[in-house]
Amino acid sequence: MIRPRMRWCAADWVEAQGALIVRAHGLHKHFGALHVLKGVDLEVAERELVFIIGPSGSGKSTLLRCLNRLETPESGSVAIDGIDLLDRRTDLNHARQRIGMVFQSFNLYPHMTALANVTLALRLVAGKSRAEADAAGRAALARVGLADRAEHRPGQLSGGQQQRVAIARAIALEPRVMLFDEPTSALDPELVGSVLAVMRSLRESGMTMVVVSHEMGFARAAADRVVFMDHGVIVEQGRPAEIFETPSHPRTQAFISQIRQH
Amino acid sequence: MIETFFNAAIMVQAWPIILAGLGNTVLLSLLVVPLGLGGGLGLALLSTMRSPWVRWPLMAWVDFFRAFPPLVLLIFLYAGLPFAGLELGGFACVGIAFFLNTGSYYGEVFRAGIESVPAGQIEAARSTGLSRLQALVWVVLPQAVRAVLPDLLSNTLEVVKLTSLASVVALPELLFQARQAQSLTYNPTPIVAAAVVYFLMLWPLVRLLSRLENRAIAGRR
Repeated sequence: MIRPRMRWCAADWVEAQGALIVRAHGLHKHFGALHVLKGVDLEVAERELVFIIGPSGSGKSTLLRCLNRLETPESGSVAIDGIDLLDRRTDLNHARQRIGMVFQSFNLYPHMTALANVTLALRLVAGKSRAEADAAGRAALARVGLADRAEHRPGQLSGGQQQRVAIARAIALEPRVMLFDEPTSALDPELVGSVLAVMRSLRESGMTMVVVSHEMGFARAAADRVVFMDHGVIVEQGRPAEIFETPSHPRTQAFISQIRQH
Repeated sequence: MIETFFNAAIMVQAWPIILAGLGNTVLLSLLVVPLGLGGGLGLALLSTMRSPWVRWPLMAWVDFFRAFPPLVLLIFLYAGLPFAGLELGGFACVGIAFFLNTGSYYGEVFRAGIESVPAGQIEAARSTGLSRLQALVWVVLPQAVRAVLPDLLSNTLEVVKLTSLASVVALPELLFQARQAQSLTYNPTPIVAAAVVYFLMLWPLVRLLSRLENRAIAGRR
């Protein structure tokens, strides 16, 4: 049993800033015989940017996917912006508008233009008219620097541009929190910067963000807190400088020195 | 030889009868193709449900009607059910038989298409708040149909050809009419004429299918 060390956690941030947006407690999740989450707690305060790092198979993506219930934990509780996601009476589709998600493989709809990708949920879920949705969609595309690509299909865009369209698709719904699942892992190195720049500007606009990624440079510059996961538990968390420079747990030390070599 | 199979005088005589049959074959196709497509789409959408209470009966249904020869099914409906006091008429029997048989085939084609769409597409749609059905209709189905368009078309070709089965329940479609004309004239020329009409009707579809298939092959490279 590993006791998580909490040198700096959401509670400190709440004192400094405001309310908790993400409250996940005691999450357990199995995939068949595999115990992927073994009692994970994660709290994220408003305007906080939390980085989750850890080796593959550590449960970090599963944890993220529990936060919008793409995965359903077997036990524990998940509340986003005060909405209990595990309550059967919760309108999940309504709640998900407040939780943006960006995937490693973009998952843009290939048969639609960039604008249609962004406006689909605005029309079907947020109930906007076509004109309202188009206006909001173009504004979102402008925020990610792709106003001139509205009529392009995903196949006509670079990977970095596709990922920015995916971000626009999520932020157009004006979510309370954004979840990023390895947003730059599928990108060629020269395209990573454009996506990180968009994430940085989101951060500066005050968006609450939970990011699963190994972009250490970005984490150092922008993250408020880094969470290190291994084997389905949170081993250690703290400010980026603490985790990257003076990790206290041997497993964290091993992992940090490993990713540093890349 | 030409007198027997390509008799011009008989051709002229039989032409109006054949033409009426062609009209009915077209009408019949316009009925059974949408019925099969609709039934198949329904089956495919049901097959995306994970519940075993849906999956198992569905699999049994599809297997059963794909293994059941459509001609036997049609004759059973037309000549068998009256013994249970249920007389449906030729047109209704053809409609039901085709719905059951070709619907199952179309269903498998649609299902293959749906399964070819990456799971991430549904996840992305659901993450923005779309319901399961909305995600299927707006995101998955358009991609699925595009992926299996050649198979849908080739199945449709088969279905149009199968409408000649309706002749056994005395529906005056192309083959039935040609046989009527044949027995009236004591000459096989009307059958040859029907074959030519079938060919002329279906050949453009066959060409289109080849082009789609070639494009699919080119797309895979």
